[in-house]
Amino acid sequence: DIISTVEFNHTGELLATGDKGGRVVIFQREPESKNAPHSQGEYDVYSTFQSHEPEFDYLKSLEIEEKINKIKWLPQQNAAHSLLSTNDKTIKLWKITERDKRPEGYNLKDEEGKLKDLSTVTSLQPMDLMVEVSPRRIFANGHTYHINSISVNSDCETYMSADDLRINLWHLAITDRSFNIVDIKPANMEDLTEVITASEFHPHHCNLFVYSSSKGSLRLCDMRAAALCDKHSKLFEEPEDPSNRSFFSEIISSVSDVKFSHSGRYMLTRDYLTVKVWDLNMEARPIETYQVHDYLRSKLCSLYESDCIFDKFECAWNGSDSVIMTGAYNNFFRMFDRNTKRDVTLEASRESSKPRAVLKPRRVCVGGKRRRDDISVDSLDFTKKILHTAWHPAENIIAIAATNNLYIFQDKVNSDMH
Amino acid sequence: MFTYWRSPVAAWGFVLPSHECKENGIDWDTMFARGLKRKYGDQEEGVEGFGTVPSYCLQRQSLLDMSLVKLQLCHMLVEPNLCRSVLIANTVRQIQEEMSRDGVWHGMAPQNVEQRAPVDRLVSTEILCRTARGTDGEHPPPELEDDPLQSSASELPIVSSTQGQRNPQSSLWEMDNPQENRGSFQKSLDQIFETLENKSPSSVEELFSDVDSSYYDLDTVLTGMMSGTKPSLCNGLDSFAAAPPPPSSTCKSDLAELDHVVEILVET
Repeated sequence: DIISTVEFNHTGELLATGDKGGRVVIFQREPESKNAPHSQGEYDVYSTFQSHEPEFDYLKSLEIEEKINKIKWLPQQNAAHSLLSTNDKTIKLWKITERDKRPEGYNLKDEEGKLKDLSTVTSLQPMDLMVEVSPRRIFANGHTYHINSISVNSDCETYMSADDLRINLWHLAITDRSFNIVDIKPANMEDLTEVITASEFHPHHCNLFVYSSSKGSLRLCDMRAAALCDKHSKLFEEPEDPSNRSFFSEIISSVSDVKFSHSGRYMLTRDYLTVKVWDLNMEARPIETYQVHDYLRSKLCSLYESDCIFDKFECAWNGSDSVIMTGAYNNFFRMFDRNTKRDVTLEASRESSKPRAVLKPRRVCVGGKRRRDDISVDSLDFTKKILHTAWHPAENIIAIAATNNLYIFQDKVNSDMH
Repeated sequence: MFTYWRSPVAAWGFVLPSHECKENGIDWDTMFARGLKRKYGDQEEGVEGFGTVPSYCLQRQSLLDMSLVKLQLCHMLVEPNLCRSVLIANTVRQIQEEMSRDGVWHGMAPQNVEQRAPVDRLVSTEILCRTARGTDGEHPPPELEDDPLQSSASELPIVSSTQGQRNPQSSLWEMDNPQENRGSFQKSLDQIFETLENKSPSSVEELFSDVDSSYYDLDTVLTGMMSGTKPSLCNGLDSFAAAPPPPSSTCKSDLAELDHVVEILVET
């Protein structure tokens, strides 16, 4: 099934994926062992479960898709792991526990009827590892519109969920109430021209969060300022480039993803053609802009016709915030080194990814000189899009979702972040 | 750093059969992307230039038509993507604003002398955009002053027969009221039906006169919707050079198609 979200947990030991069929698959990294040096730190399937089922809204005569839009891990507080998974309407908290012992010997008498030695009654015996998943909370009926983001607060007690027009704040232990903290629904729906596209809590300041819009703006909100954060504390918006103006300018400026850096100092945004790094201290414009696939600028009308222009690509930071990554078409994904200003295009495909093979940089040629392995813009496959990518929080390991395949790549030479 | 990425595991699932999606790159795509604005006078040149690059105004009209089709034809089993609808509607608004600034909006199809033509065009646009029921007590009456579309309509008496003149983007995404969304697609088709039935054949021609039937053929669009492929605007524009079929026969076949579509919706 088509993968719809990918997320590492806070240590990188676990990797969760959600798909269009409502399933969640969790991978676990095998501990490195000297006995089998070749299987150093590879990811194996740890658990699979059905998170959401399709539903039918009888009032509106519409289906509610079971597709998992987002998964977010909770920080681990005991032996169990917990994650939040959401579809368009309902968020669920899942608890993942391991069982490797089972009690045996309940009976006081053995098979022949003799009393057993009491010290042998009900002891814990080892068993094969079993991973159990159970839904602990179901946060339903909080959203009229489609949920596009969830984000766990650094206070580890609350989280937010955002749909097209509203953002709600929940307490992890309370399912029958949520607080609305942003509402951009106009009094008259005819006046609707802008929607919320993504949102995230600040990694360290539990009162700050950001949300992005379809008009390309970012709003940083402070929950200490007011109960309803309709009024932003900071508005990040880049002035439009008049020389590049077209009927598609607004559509391609719509922000599809926003991510705080691990340091909390910067934000990363993705719009249709670029990724941008913003400094929280500067609202006027991004401090860095990287072209993902500028060669598509001349093809916007075709992409509008095919609806590709509405594809929502995600973006990711590496653990040290020095490299950013995002997906593109033809199963390509791009990485930009913020320090060296070098960038690379890589491909996630079976042909070019034999185990332990080194990925070869790819190039899209736009006319002019064409090298041997270049792909021309016209032969790009727009059905092969990499929308979801994730970067291990501490190491150079990345997870790439290419339609219904998951690729995990490691940089063995430079496994430490720098 | 970048040259040493390796794959320890490629897990999970099977590869989709790959098929190339060739987007025919055409010159006018570039023109569009740069948003070159031509003066109104250029429109006549474009009409003559069949076989070469279509004029800016023709392309703009095609983009408008395409956008209206997109707003209308979203699969109604699942709630349509609100972000996409808003972006398309904003694009439609931009085009319409530019067209009215150019003075093109009211003066299009210069061969059409009859006074009723602008109204028909307004009606067709509005019907194409409307995806919810007209009768909704919640919404205040539209502000006629602001909207360039409405301003000409108020002058003509025929307007009053059309129910609830509104901003074309009205209630497009009204999801709060469950009553509105139910069978909204079917309702709007019913309205098209109703309008077509009430009008005489000559005015039906005018209803479709602004729409390029070779590209906008309901047959193609419906087939495209069913099979998952979309009619290529690029291909459609190629047929600009060919003479369009007589409007009356197209309208009749469109009526039959609407009948067919309504049938399908009723069955599902």
